Amino acid sequence: MSSPTIETQPETAPTPVHTLHLKTYLLIGIMIITGPVGNLLLAKSTKQVGEIRVWPLSELVGAFVRIFGSFTIWAGISCLIAFIIAYMLALSVADYSFVQPAAALGYAVIGVLGVLVLHEKVAPLHWAGIAVICLGVSFIRGTNPRTTGDSA
Amino acid sequence: MTLEYILFILVIVVGTGGELCLGRAMKQTGELERLHPSDAFRLLGRALRLKWIWIGVAMMATAFFSLVTLLSFEDVSFVVPVTALSYLVGAVGGIFFLGERVSWQRWVGIGLVCIGVTMVVISR
Repeated sequence: MSSPTIETQPETAPTPVHTLHLKTYLLIGIMIITGPVGNLLLAKSTKQVGEIRVWPLSELVGAFVRIFGSFTIWAGISCLIAFIIAYMLALSVADYSFVQPAAALGYAVIGVLGVLVLHEKVAPLHWAGIAVICLGVSFIRGTNPRTTGDSA
Repeated sequence: MTLEYILFILVIVVGTGGELCLGRAMKQTGELERLHPSDAFRLLGRALRLKWIWIGVAMMATAFFSLVTLLSFEDVSFVVPVTALSYLVGAVGGIFFLGERVSWQRWVGIGLVCIGVTMVVISR
């Protein structure tokens, strides 16, 4: 199967490698903070509402009205908007198959925040998982962030 | 049970597919040249005129509401390890839909990320 060719802006000059890396890492840095925090807030707000029944429709509508009336969900949505903006900008710079798994570093951020801010106990398996994610990301980091377009 | 499977497929395949559409659009807009808000907003404005963005947003919204519904009756510790599969789906999509070259080193990294994410979530 042949790879699809995607038309890009022709006037873009090749990006120096260090600039490409800096932009990619900075945008992924924003993603790994805003993404997990946003998801946590969102999970918290849906738990407050309880189980959502999809039928009858009035139940579903009522549940959504309760969810969207809480402050927590709006804080979560704001974080996720910041996340999606950083994500889109990162995708303009680097490969999807580079950015998406690298953003899993967010789990490490959650673990560290849990210990430092919420004083939670983090299970050994949790730390082991974070170590495996970091190892995985270090493998990904060793690859060229962009394999399409001018710096391929 | 059937509803559960449908929701899982929506979260993983449609959610990742939506992100891939965003990736396709952002490859068309050209690269963010400077890390400056004015450049960023100009680029996003250009992106909003592309059809792939709207297809992607619609797919991601579908996946989002599926996830919210799934989380309301399923445990997070069951839902999130399954959604770790989206990293594999994403890499395959990156190759066939975006024309990216995924080297063996990147595959190893993606595999480790999948395992690590699963470990983190089942530890809770």
